[in-house]
Amino acid sequence: MIYKVISKPEFRKFIDTLVKANTAFGPRQVDTDHHGEPVYQFMPVGSADDIAFDYTKTHSSAKHFFLPFREEISHFTFRDGDWEQQIRYEARPVVLIGLRPCDIRAVNILDDVMLHGPYPSPYYLARRKNTFIIGMDHLPLPDCFCKSMNRHTVSYGFNLFCSDIGDKFYLSINSSKAFGFLKEFETGDPTPEDDCLLIERRKLIKQSFRTDVEVTGLPCFLDIEFESPIWEKWGQRCLNCGTCAMVCPTCYCYSVEEHFDTDLKGSSRRNRLYSCNLVDFAEVAGGHNFRPKNSDRLKYRYYHHYRGFAANDNQQICVGCNRCGRACLTGINPKDVINDLRLERESCMTCVSPSRNRT
Amino acid sequence: MNHLGFERKPVKIGSFDFTCCEGCQLQLANRESSLPDFLALIDVRNFREISSERHDDYDIALIEGSITRSDEIERLKAIRRQAKVLVAFGTCACFGGVNSQKNRLPEKEAEQVVYDGRPVETMPSTRIADIVRVDFSIPGCPVSKDEVERIVVSLVNRSMPNLPKYPVCVECKQRLNTCLFDLGEICLGPITRAGCDAVCPSGKTACLGCRGPAEEINFPAFMELVREHGLSPVDLTEKLGFYNAFEHIHRTDET
Repeated sequence: MIYKVISKPEFRKFIDTLVKANTAFGPRQVDTDHHGEPVYQFMPVGSADDIAFDYTKTHSSAKHFFLPFREEISHFTFRDGDWEQQIRYEARPVVLIGLRPCDIRAVNILDDVMLHGPYPSPYYLARRKNTFIIGMDHLPLPDCFCKSMNRHTVSYGFNLFCSDIGDKFYLSINSSKAFGFLKEFETGDPTPEDDCLLIERRKLIKQSFRTDVEVTGLPCFLDIEFESPIWEKWGQRCLNCGTCAMVCPTCYCYSVEEHFDTDLKGSSRRNRLYSCNLVDFAEVAGGHNFRPKNSDRLKYRYYHHYRGFAANDNQQICVGCNRCGRACLTGINPKDVINDLRLERESCMTCVSPSRNRT
Repeated sequence: MNHLGFERKPVKIGSFDFTCCEGCQLQLANRESSLPDFLALIDVRNFREISSERHDDYDIALIEGSITRSDEIERLKAIRRQAKVLVAFGTCACFGGVNSQKNRLPEKEAEQVVYDGRPVETMPSTRIADIVRVDFSIPGCPVSKDEVERIVVSLVNRSMPNLPKYPVCVECKQRLNTCLFDLGEICLGPITRAGCDAVCPSGKTACLGCRGPAEEINFPAFMELVREHGLSPVDLTEKLGFYNAFEHIHRTDET
C-alpha cells in the first residue's frame, strides 16, 4: 500500500477526470422520503458534480455491479438437429465511487464465494477485475453495526481508499492503476500531522458507533436456538417479499431459468438473484416445498448469514450495514432478532437457576 | 419442427372478449420486435381484433373480460365446450377487474350512473372461474406481452407454463426504486404477484394489485403494516377492491 494526501479541490478534479473518461457510478440523491430525508442510490454519474460525496447511505448495496439482478449466462442456437452454445465473459470497465468499508468488505466476501471456491465464476471474475473501486470512510449512522461484525475497516479489495482528514483526503493506494491515474494530479506524502489526523479520524469513527450487536459465539448459540419460538415470532411478521436479500450486499443466492427465444431457434440460460425468504425458494419439481413456513425461511436466512459461513469458512457474511433492517417494511432487523434470541436464553429460568449438582 | 420428440405445431387460438376494454387482447398485437415470430407460433382461428375470419376449431381459448350479463354465461360455456385449454386472460377475466367496483353499489344506482336510466340487462361482475373451469390464468391490467409470449412458447413446447410466485417487491428492488412506503404511499406491492417488472412503482405510482395475490401472502402482517402507516380499514378495502383481485383473501381474513 502507498499512502498519499490530496487536497479536496484536487481530489474533486481527479474524480471529475476519472468519471468523464469512464463508465462510472456513485452515490446520487434519487428522492426525498416523506420524513424529508434524502434517498441515495449508486447511480450513473457523468461528472464530479453528480456525486453526493456527503451521502449518508444508499438504500441498495453495490452488489449488483458484480452480481447483476438478472443476467444471461449463455445463449444456445439450434441448427440442423444440433446446438451451439455461446458464452460471453466480457465486462465493461466500470468505476465505482464512494463505497464504504463495509461495502468493500462485502465484495471481498463475494470474492470468497464466487472466486475462491471449487468452481470460480468467470462471469463474476470479469466484472470484479474490470471494476475500479474508490472507497470513502464515513461517520457511522445510528443503526450501523459493522463494528460488531468487525467490518468497519478495510485493508484490501479496493483500488483507492479515501479517509477524510479535514481539508485533505488521506489516500490508501492499493493498485498500480490507481497510482498511475493519480500521477497526473497533485498529491503529497503524508506529514506526521496528516498521520495524526488519520489516527484521530479513525478513533472518532470507532467511538461513534451507537449500535452494538453481540455476535460472540453466535454460530454455536444459533445451533442451540434452532427450535426457539423467537423464529415463529419474527416469521409471523415476514411478508416473504425478498426485499432484505435484494438490498443486502452479500446475499448471493440465485435461480437459473431457461428461456426459449420466441422464434424457437435458440434459447437463453439466465441467472436471477433470488431470496431464501421467497415462498418457492426451496420448492422442487413435483411441487414439494422443503421450507413452506415463513419462520423457517427467515431462520435459514439468519443461519446462512451468521452460522453456516462461520462454521464452514470462519466468517459471518453479514457486514453490519443494516440495509435489510432499514428496508424491511415490518421492522425485522438483525439487531433485534439476535438480541431477542439472546435475551430469551439469558432470561430462561432453567439457565439462570444454579445447577443442582453444584449446590 | 421437432422438439424432444414432439412435433411443434402452431397452437390454434381463439381470443374472446367479454366485459372489458379489450386492452389485453390488443397486447397480443403489441411488441413489434418479436411480433412476426410470435404470430408464427399461433394459428389464429377466431380473434376479431386482428382477423375477420371466424373458425370454431381452436384448441386454446383466451378469455378476456369479466361476466356481467346472462348471455355472456352461455357464450362462455360454449367456448369452454370447444376449447381444450381455457385461459383467463387479464385481470377482468381472472378476478372481475375494475368492473367489479359496481358490485359495491346498489344495482339500480350503478345502472343510473352509467346508462342514465336506459334499460339495460346487467348483473354483478364475476370472474370467469366462477362460471367455467379455468386451466390457466394470465393476470395483469393489461397483461404483459413478454409474459404472454413466454407462456405461448411453453404451450408450443409442451412445457409447464408458470408465473412468479413472489411479490412485486422483488422486481421493484431490482430496479432500485425508492420504496413507495418511504414516500408516504400505501403500495400493494408486498402482497401482489410479480411479473410486471414493477412497472407502476417504477413510475412512482403505488401498486393496486392488478396481478392479484402472490402465493402464500402474509395478509395479517400486511394489514398491520398499512394500519401503522395510517390507512384506515375502509381505505384499504377500497384499494384492495380496485381490481377485486383480493376478494377471496380479504374474506378469509375477516372470518
